[in-house]
Amino acid sequence: MGKKLLTEHFGVQGIQQLQVYKQHGGYASLEKALKKTPDEIVNEVMTSGLRGRGGAGFPTGRKWSFIDKKSGKPRYLVCNADESEPGTFKDRYLMEVNPHLLIEGMIISSFALGAHLSYIYIRGELLYVYHILEKAIAEAYEAGYLGKNILGTGYDLELYCHPGGGAYICGEETALIESLEGKRGNPRIKPPFPAISGLYNNPTVVNNVESIATVPAIIAMGGEEYAKIGIGHSKGTKLISACGHIKKPGIYEIELGLPVEEFIYSDEYCGGIRGGRKLKAVVAGGSSVPILPAELILKTEKGEPRLMSYESLSDGGFTSGTMLGSGGFIVMDETTSIVKNLFNFTRFYHHESCGQCSPCREGTAWMEKILHRILHGHGTLKDVDLLWTLQKNIDGKTICPLGDAAAWPVASAIRHFRSEFEDFVQHPEKHLDVKHYFNQIEKKELA
Amino acid sequence: MENKQHIEFSADALALAKKLMGRYPEGKHKSAIIPILHIAQSEFGGWLSPQGMDYVAKIMDLQPIEVYEVASFYSMFNLQPVGKCVIEVCRTGPCWLMGAEDIVNHIESKLNIKVGETTSDGMFTLKTVECLAACGGAPMMQVAEKYHEDLTFAKVDTILNDYQNNTKTPISHWSKDKIKP
Amino acid sequence: MPKVTIDGKTIEVPQGTTILQAARMIGAEVTPPAMCYYTSLKTSGGYCRTCIVKVSKMSEANPNPIPKPVASCRTNVEEGMEVLNYTSPEIVEARKGVVEFLLANHPLDCPICDQAGECHLQDLSYDHGSDDTRYEFERRKFKKIDLGPFIQLHMTRCILCYRCVKVADQLTDERVHGVLNRGEVSEISTYITKAIENDFSGNMIDVCPVGALTDKTFRFKSRVWFTNPVSAHRDCKKCCGKVTLWYKGDEVLRVTGRKDKWGEVEEFICNECRFEKKQTLDWEIEGPTAIDRHSVISANHYEKIVEPSLFKLNDIKPFED
Ligand SMILES: Cc1cc2nc3c(=O)[nH]c(=O)nc-3n(C[C@H](O)[C@H](O)[C@H](O)COP(=O)(O)O)c2cc1C
Ligand code: SF4
Ligand code: SF4
Ligand code: FES
Ligand code: FES
Repeated sequence: MGKKLLTEHFGVQGIQQLQVYKQHGGYASLEKALKKTPDEIVNEVMTSGLRGRGGAGFPTGRKWSFIDKKSGKPRYLVCNADESEPGTFKDRYLMEVNPHLLIEGMIISSFALGAHLSYIYIRGELLYVYHILEKAIAEAYEAGYLGKNILGTGYDLELYCHPGGGAYICGEETALIESLEGKRGNPRIKPPFPAISGLYNNPTVVNNVESIATVPAIIAMGGEEYAKIGIGHSKGTKLISACGHIKKPGIYEIELGLPVEEFIYSDEYCGGIRGGRKLKAVVAGGSSVPILPAELILKTEKGEPRLMSYESLSDGGFTSGTMLGSGGFIVMDETTSIVKNLFNFTRFYHHESCGQCSPCREGTAWMEKILHRILHGHGTLKDVDLLWTLQKNIDGKTICPLGDAAAWPVASAIRHFRSEFEDFVQHPEKHLDVKHYFNQIEKKELA
Repeated sequence: MENKQHIEFSADALALAKKLMGRYPEGKHKSAIIPILHIAQSEFGGWLSPQGMDYVAKIMDLQPIEVYEVASFYSMFNLQPVGKCVIEVCRTGPCWLMGAEDIVNHIESKLNIKVGETTSDGMFTLKTVECLAACGGAPMMQVAEKYHEDLTFAKVDTILNDYQNNTKTPISHWSKDKIKP
Repeated sequence: MPKVTIDGKTIEVPQGTTILQAARMIGAEVTPPAMCYYTSLKTSGGYCRTCIVKVSKMSEANPNPIPKPVASCRTNVEEGMEVLNYTSPEIVEARKGVVEFLLANHPLDCPICDQAGECHLQDLSYDHGSDDTRYEFERRKFKKIDLGPFIQLHMTRCILCYRCVKVADQLTDERVHGVLNRGEVSEISTYITKAIENDFSGNMIDVCPVGALTDKTFRFKSRVWFTNPVSAHRDCKKCCGKVTLWYKGDEVLRVTGRKDKWGEVEEFICNECRFEKKQTLDWEIEGPTAIDRHSVISANHYEKIVEPSLFKLNDIKPFED
């Protein structure tokens, strides 16, 4: 059994309530943190080696150190609870089961950044979790952990929860900021980066729920202790959302460095492939990361066992590796059609493109149409090549990484499963069992 | 379907809207537009008519186009009338792997409507949506604020019957009992 | 002042200059095409991605290359920066890809489009596109709508450059049009019941790079290349009063702002000058306007554009109103 830092108390009855949370050591880290200076906390987080859990894996302490303090403008911390990356459902679980863990993390992190106003931006579909958080926040105000002069230290913080309206792109930090300002979720062109000019053009840090919820544990045990967990530059524990064709889908807190094979097959985690079938492919870090066939997810190209860590999963680059991403672990057994799965993912990116920049707006739609045609038995070998060029023409040419995220699944599916695509277009009759391949995205008309 | 709407917030909804606007710095109350649109959708029968959006613009002191731009961007806002219960079935990868298509087919034939349509009695509207962060419980669907996971045909039948029997007025993501200042 | 080198040519520019502006200072031979950036509109640029370039050296202080292409219109130069535009085959190829995306959903109705002959997209596809489009699906179509009495929006042709929205935001008091929907089905639209009535709204027509926003008062529909542009001015209380009059014979067909060689208006004009002053008597004539923008008007290769394979997929049919 690995260490449990985030999920330790998840089984406790009533842990959603402040009283119960406190009985289990809750808010002790906050009291400890408020006795330190903000810089000491930033250093502690830097020492811990914590990397952002939202997908990009940027070191959290480093990110905090970039925030502009010189300008004297107000600073904000915004928690990214937009969790919409297909395959990822850890943040929802964490907030629903243990809201005070996030709130405690928010207060400590805001203090470290010198923020006096902070927001939790939660995806709108999770309004029921929004209400859970609202209640927990109200309790925290009541107990003097929020508001003016927190625990008599003179530190003030207002914390609010803010729901979105349904848009994957609002997980991208600058789109999230736009959305929080009450606008369409269009990503901003960087630079300037949020650390200099973010929410209301003031210095802002955006962090994932899990990153922030890890901060109390780091304060409790100390950065150095935390850094002993994990492997290489992948420190600590990580929540993995496991789904797809496995026996036991769910959230697992793992110590980074766990072998992928153990994660998939051991009873402590996924419990193997359902129905005793064979593993075909895995998307290891949320739908945006490259898909890998069974042999490459279990072992690297060099033949070493693949580990659940930032470095090991990306070993081999895009030719034979993938990424840890957000930790959305999607498992596909031998019955899965990679072509249909790709259509599904591509439809998702088409649906979620904000439409600002031409390669993503037009390219995602075009790729989806081609895949749609293939699924209906009208594809040709030229279509497979066209898909390849289109993804190349999108990759790296867009304002935000959604363009890349739309391109990579296409590139990796064709790279590793080209023969399946070729077979599909040459012998469509073998693959046709067309059900629901809608490819229209609904245009909203005013009534 | 009730097409004529009563275009005004209840006193509670108005007070809540005011409270939410106060959560942002001076002059930045536009930030509250999305939560207030959720409340409007709940107040106005599950969807937003141009009049409903104009009302939001008015109470927030915004140009109507600013509200239209936002409401049309986000997928949760319905700009056309909907049934009392909107069924939102997740269709994305992980749910698809676990049979989301079959669930959609099942609901379509059970209710005798296609995705995007409303039953003739105005009870159900069927929508498909993208990943709702519940992939571990695939296949899944959302009705109003509630997530229904690990769906089977039998489970879907029970759930739909429940709504059919117990829904008297339209339900929405922001549930009515949580519209309190 | 930082020195920047673009395609081997070096120039010193003021701090805060973008790569695109620096390229324009050097000359057309190194300047990337720009479909959404507009110098006088704040926060414009970054959307179309036609102006992408490769930064092969970030600066003297940090000599690393930037791994991905950058939008030259939104990237500032730094001391010692080195940029590759036409000298990078990778960029030329990538731009072809972008042009293909922009054209993917664009109708093939140039012969009947009011903008033909002064359309930046036409120039773009001629200069930077490939000969063929591989897009074989039905193109997006929208109904034409009126934005008030003077302006018509033909959304089907729009490339979503956002310039008109910036005009509405930055030049007029009450913004009544904006972008509705998202992604592929985004559209420029208006708050239905209100007309666009604002002294400066007509400038949207001038900034639109394609034929999506057009002047409803353009009196006799005529091909631009049959008209003669003449510079003129008048004493106007609302704007600079400096315009271009477009004559056919001795009739003024339309009035526009004066454009520089990059196709951007030098100074915005008011609606009165644009829509209501269509008599020679209203104006002090300065003389013929030199069109030095590199464009199909001056190069007169319009015929060449319509014919080749680009248009082979669909028949060219007029769109119904
Ligand atoms: C299209 C897109 C979607 C994203 N969605 C999320 C998300 O749902 N949740 C999240 O935490 N980060 C998401 N991110 C990453 C954020 O932009 C940002 O990097 C992250 O919130 C930073 O937090 P971290 O450093 O704690 O990981 C997304 C990025 C992109 C490009
Ligand atoms: S890449 Fe896609 S989502 Fe990102 S800004 Fe461009 S159009 Fe929007
Ligand atoms: S209408 Fe013209 S100016 Fe406006 S976004 Fe479209 S192309 Fe650009
Ligand atoms: S794919 Fe359906 S909830 Fe994630
Ligand atoms: S001109 Fe630079 S991106 Fe459009």
